[in-house]
Amino acid sequence: MSDIILETRGLTKHYGGVHALEGADFAIRKGEHVAIMGDNGAGKSTFVRQITAVEQRTRGDVIFDGKPVHFAGPIEAREAGIETVFQNLALADDLDVPSNMFLGREKVRFKLGPFSILDNKAMREATMGGLVKTGVKIPNILNPIRNMSGGQRQCVAIARTAAFHSKLTIMDEPTAALGVQETAQVEKIIRTLKEQGEPLILISHNMRQVFDLMDRIVVFRRGRICANLNVKDTDPQDVVAYITGAKTGAEFEDV
Amino acid sequence: MANSAHGIGGLVFDDKKKARAPEWNVFFALILIVVVFEVLGMILQGQSLLFDTDGRFDSIFNEQRVKIIILQVSIIGIIALGSTQVIILGGIDLSPGSIVGLTAMISMSFAQVAEVNGMVNPKLMFDGVADLPVIVPVLIGLVVGIAAGIVNGALIAYTKIPPFIATLGMMVAARGAAKWWSKGQPISFPTEGYATIGSGMMPVVIFFSLAVLFHLILKYTVYGKHTYAIGSNEQASRMSGIKVDRHKVLVYTIAASLAALAAIVLSSKNLTAQAGMGVMYELDAIAMTVIGGVSLSGGRGSIIGTVLGSLIFGVIISGFTFLRLDAYYQEMVKGVIIVGAVVLDQWRQQRAAARL
Ligand SMILES: Nc1ncnc2c1ncn2[C@@H]1O[C@H](COP(=O)(O)OP(=O)(O)OP(=O)(O)O)[C@@H](O)[C@H]1O
Ligand SMILES: [Mg+2]
Repeated sequence: MSDIILETRGLTKHYGGVHALEGADFAIRKGEHVAIMGDNGAGKSTFVRQITAVEQRTRGDVIFDGKPVHFAGPIEAREAGIETVFQNLALADDLDVPSNMFLGREKVRFKLGPFSILDNKAMREATMGGLVKTGVKIPNILNPIRNMSGGQRQCVAIARTAAFHSKLTIMDEPTAALGVQETAQVEKIIRTLKEQGEPLILISHNMRQVFDLMDRIVVFRRGRICANLNVKDTDPQDVVAYITGAKTGAEFEDV
Repeated sequence: MANSAHGIGGLVFDDKKKARAPEWNVFFALILIVVVFEVLGMILQGQSLLFDTDGRFDSIFNEQRVKIIILQVSIIGIIALGSTQVIILGGIDLSPGSIVGLTAMISMSFAQVAEVNGMVNPKLMFDGVADLPVIVPVLIGLVVGIAAGIVNGALIAYTKIPPFIATLGMMVAARGAAKWWSKGQPISFPTEGYATIGSGMMPVVIFFSLAVLFHLILKYTVYGKHTYAIGSNEQASRMSGIKVDRHKVLVYTIAASLAALAAIVLSSKNLTAQAGMGVMYELDAIAMTVIGGVSLSGGRGSIIGTVLGSLIFGVIISGFTFLRLDAYYQEMVKGVIIVGAVVLDQWRQQRAAARL
């Protein structure tokens, strides 16, 4: 099937004795929006870190865009077309908003290897454009983000992924720290991605959000996938039952 | 939803009330210290430290003393430009003092004259290696610095040992190499060309030129941005695709090259090289850096701050001599300044954290 953008087979991660992720078989089609749900410590972020090569997996295969991939690090994953908002946001606190937006892929005016001259003006303007989409309020984007609120920081991280075109976007709890309005704006960004046919993996604890926005829900429990549900065929109580372990999907029963 | 120049989402931002750049605090500290020494000078010595009170000069300053103060900090200031970058990166470098010793010895052995007063140069290091063009010892010296810096950087980036340990090793090893080079003998009698590099006010010119260069590099290039980013959050920098390890090697190499340059200027100024040159320079350089407001936890600080820090350092040291206080007090006070600057930095950070 060539319309699958990302697939994992038997993806496994052990931290010493901790089996954080065990044999995850997962697939997402082009244009599809899939939610990953599960309790704290279920292995959701670990799953993301293996796909984006922030860590090297213990076992298993990752097939992206039709080819098995072994990214050496997150930069390779990003260059291949996977944009990620990490749960810990990955921002540099002492730098201002434009510097964080373009961290590691700065716009330059004059190429000179490591001593290339920065194009601060272009980065500032692109940052303004990207942030407007999230609807966040930031009094001065040239302040270091150390002094900014959790939600403002989160919007910077989200705007960063939205500003660049990608084949797959992954967001790890993007609205966890956001206010009502900002959450609505981020959900608007997600809807825009859907309209543009860009696939998305969204990790969220917010049942309403998932049922409003997503096509499919994959439930993680204790490092294993325990359910794969179409949003149309399920309801919140059902999902809670899978998350807590009261139920297990038919095809996952042997685990 | 009106957006201000740099704000977004309708919050009002008053451009006039922008926070004062931290360098201003360092500048005010410099003024304050000058005032303290002026007052003490008037009381204890009956004369001014920096100003021309008896009309010996054309300007309002005591030019001679101002020159001495700046000249005195210039050579270590060159090293401090490197320490600044290493500390912003979140590291520390203890090796520059020893790299000064080693580079001075090696450069000088390729900068000697063939004959002194019509006789064969008695200190000639290598037979037949004399009267070379000045570019040769300079390039050789830089190569020594680059090599030492690559070793420092590679140890830190790829074996993951703490910078403190890696550069401590280099500090001991490079000093040993400096002594081994000529079996402890000083090397003297440089060519006229070589002697020009550090003559007169040349060290000051070199220091300020390099300061301007690295100020621009840190502020306007990708290199500068990545140095701050890594010092601020190494993990985030890595995840954002910055080649952190390669960048670390580059920064430590630049720092060691600056130490090598300082060695060339120093040996030229002294017209001789000794294995013991540069002992403890790294600590003075770190002191200038920290006084200048560069945070030891990385991510914050600037070249302007360090230049101001070096001037504060110079005023304090000269001030003590001026007040005829013992050299012992100087060293003790140096210690107090270093610790004081670090305490101040910690305090600033806690205050910044409390505001979050
Ligand atoms: N580097 C590590 N070393 C050891 N254990 C780890 C490491 N990283 C994660 N773990 C463990 O792996 C398990 C899964 O963690 P993970 O961060 O993937 O959870 P999560 O599903 O994202 O939870 P949350 O909803 O709280 O974000 C946890 O038990 C965690 O303690
Ligand atoms: Mg998580």
